[in-house]
Amino acid sequence: MSTLHTVNKSPFTNTGLQSCLDHCKDGDAVLMIEDGVYGALAETVMAERVAGRIGAVSLYVLLPDAAARGLAEKRMLNGIAGVDYEGFVDLVADHDRTLAWL
Amino acid sequence: MSEIKKFLYVNRKAPYGTIYALESLEVVLIGAAFDQDVSLAFLDDGVFQLTRGQDTGALGVKNFSPTFRALGDYDVTKLFVERESLDERGLSEADLQEIMYEDEDDGWAEKPSIRIVSRAEMADLMADQDVVLSF
Amino acid sequence: MSYQVNGHTVEHDEEGYITNLADWNKELALEIARTENIEMDDERWEVVNFLRDYYEEYQIAPAVRVLIKAIKKSMGPEKGNNKYMYELFPYGPAKQACKIAGLPKPTGCV
Repeated sequence: MSTLHTVNKSPFTNTGLQSCLDHCKDGDAVLMIEDGVYGALAETVMAERVAGRIGAVSLYVLLPDAAARGLAEKRMLNGIAGVDYEGFVDLVADHDRTLAWL
Repeated sequence: MSEIKKFLYVNRKAPYGTIYALESLEVVLIGAAFDQDVSLAFLDDGVFQLTRGQDTGALGVKNFSPTFRALGDYDVTKLFVERESLDERGLSEADLQEIMYEDEDDGWAEKPSIRIVSRAEMADLMADQDVVLSF
Repeated sequence: MSYQVNGHTVEHDEEGYITNLADWNKELALEIARTENIEMDDERWEVVNFLRDYYEEYQIAPAVRVLIKAIKKSMGPEKGNNKYMYELFPYGPAKQACKIAGLPKPTGCV
């Protein structure tokens, strides 16, 4: 029984990612989409908090949204996996519920 | 179709700056026509939805805070409010309006609908749902 | 679209619900009732007034099952039941009575 969390806002203007990290459980997955992909960046004020959950929580970034914003994978934290739209659908199907952090 | 599912409405936005809070409340009221196990979660700025003393008179928009008190009539009786979110905003339970329901299984005794829970309990609540709707 | 009462014009939507809740008065209620083929009597006024009080307190027009439950609690089971309420307002107690009471269409009406 695990949850897929989606985050679609930049962590630098919105508390969604922080709140998500505070509420997600070990074994859950967090998928960053839309402006949420900025949460995947390394060397930011959020990076340490995000990195701290890698392992306990599976972290994903939606690649088309990252590409649109010019976020190269080498700029992202290690341990965050990229997924395409098909991967997004698989994640939804593989979890018991989806919780959107708007 | 008669299988009862656990629905959680997650409210994280303050009431009047955006339409989210009002939309959530309307969806809850409409959804109440379907017999499901409904809970409402209020965290982050969502806790501001339940504060006392809202007066939108000068704004010309509807003050929908009294409508939370009708939720009991719609058999929506579980409003979970996160303590840490209140604390972070300088609020306490006393700053929230009183929302009661009548417990049909207990001689229609009046009981409070608001339950203050910790962040960890909120996380447990979220993990215990069939469907989560976010606003 | 509008109702005409005592030389005043009161706007309503395509279903007959008045646009501005502050326009309501008893004469208007009688006019709306007339267009709904409802003859207002004490029993019907009791329901209309109950709805107005409910709206005043909670800022919503209740769904029909909620209205009937609330009437049952307030006035007893001989009035708080489907049969009684549909006899008073054949096209739906919440919808018709709300319209006459000058309230919006009930929330949670599906």
